[in-house]
Amino acid sequence: MSESEFVAYRAAKIGKQIVLPLSKAVEISLKGMSIRFWRSLLTVSLIVLAIAFLVYILATAAIVASLVRLDDPQINIILQRSGVEAQEIGAGGQGSLFAQISHKQYWLIVLSLMVCVVGITNAMLMSVTERFREIGTMKCLGALDSFIVKLFLLESSFQGIMGTAAGIVLGVILAILHTLVVYGSSSFRVFPGLTVLSIAGISLFIGTCLSVVGAILPAVRAARMEPVVAMRVEE
Amino acid sequence: MPEENIVRTKEVWKVYQMGKVEVEALKGISVEIKAGEYLSIMGPSGSGKTTFFNMVGGLDKPSSGKVYIDEVDVAQLDAYELAWLRCRKIGYIFQTFNIIPVMTALENVTLPMTFAGLTTDESRDKGVELLTKVGLGDRVTHKPFELSGGQQQRVAIARAMANDPAIILADEPTGNLDLRTGREIIELLREMNDDSGVTIISATHDMKMISVSDRVVWIRDGQVEKIERREDLDIAVGTIDGKEEA
Repeated sequence: MSESEFVAYRAAKIGKQIVLPLSKAVEISLKGMSIRFWRSLLTVSLIVLAIAFLVYILATAAIVASLVRLDDPQINIILQRSGVEAQEIGAGGQGSLFAQISHKQYWLIVLSLMVCVVGITNAMLMSVTERFREIGTMKCLGALDSFIVKLFLLESSFQGIMGTAAGIVLGVILAILHTLVVYGSSSFRVFPGLTVLSIAGISLFIGTCLSVVGAILPAVRAARMEPVVAMRVEE
Repeated sequence: MPEENIVRTKEVWKVYQMGKVEVEALKGISVEIKAGEYLSIMGPSGSGKTTFFNMVGGLDKPSSGKVYIDEVDVAQLDAYELAWLRCRKIGYIFQTFNIIPVMTALENVTLPMTFAGLTTDESRDKGVELLTKVGLGDRVTHKPFELSGGQQQRVAIARAMANDPAIILADEPTGNLDLRTGREIIELLREMNDDSGVTIISATHDMKMISVSDRVVWIRDGQVEKIERREDLDIAVGTIDGKEEA
């Protein structure tokens, strides 16, 4: 058998023999997060803040919109005083969530989410640099590039889910406090539970996506690392 | 011992580009390593020892020349086949132990078995067996920071043996250990070599290593200076050991 034949034969024979089951990958990435708890917390806090801001703006708008729909003369006065557009008030059922968000607020949301992604990328890049020996060792043990990417993206999506969940809670609490202070207890009477729930759902999706997007570049960088870095002695 | 070559290098050159200067780290090294051999690569730092060692382990590719592992040209393997080679054929031992810090001793040993497709139960049983063999049967659930340097290196040896490799590649395995622990690790490697016939290739400048090696390849200035067999070394080693004991 010639050399090239042998290589071809071997490639055919080994097929998909290097594997990393998802359950194992989940286990490893969860463990990695728990041991590096404080670093994870830093990454998570970025998402918490960005999502809390997003949810706060959206939930406040939703509550104000339902107050507009309420069309209570007493509340209409407060609404007018706090700058809600006159044509919206008293239109009877016309008050929509999006009418309550200004262009400036849209920009702020977009900017904060972008800052969040950049922050996550930065934190994950640092985490990759910290773990270069660990990654190199895994590659020496036979890990494929895709395993490393999988581990980092899983870790990042867990962080995303946790951070987003915390951010949603924080954002909703802030929105309720805000409307309570400005509009009094009547804002509770018309609390748009279903709308806030769908805002939470959308935010969870956005937060997790952002976290994963932010981790793609660091994960690919980690995966491209040569196994020989595991041999380096200097810290 | 079978006279089969497990690793063979043919006129291996490695040239690094350092700015505008070309540095020749290896200048045509040809070595044949037999299956089941215990081989030490010795040389001062900067001699090209590490570069050559990485070539032999499939961690680096030569600028020219060929490296055959199990008669397969390493340069022709794709990423997938290289991963397979590292997972099944070669076990790595590092100077800095490189135990994955988030995992217990057992999980470190079972990780390469997971990559190789063993079930959780199979790999756990085999992992416990291997850890018992290296003398850590009572420490399987310990985390790396609860283990001493020597114990960590034992875990690394068990991990290197996980998929019954043909070659164990040890990079200065005793470099971070004290004299006695280093000796124990060397003896353990020799035991593994005797018991399972695994080829052991180590880069080292630890003279204790010489007394157990079948052959020693001396590298200087990117070339093979001399290759000595153990028979020729015995006398010299005796005096070195004597000095150490004193």
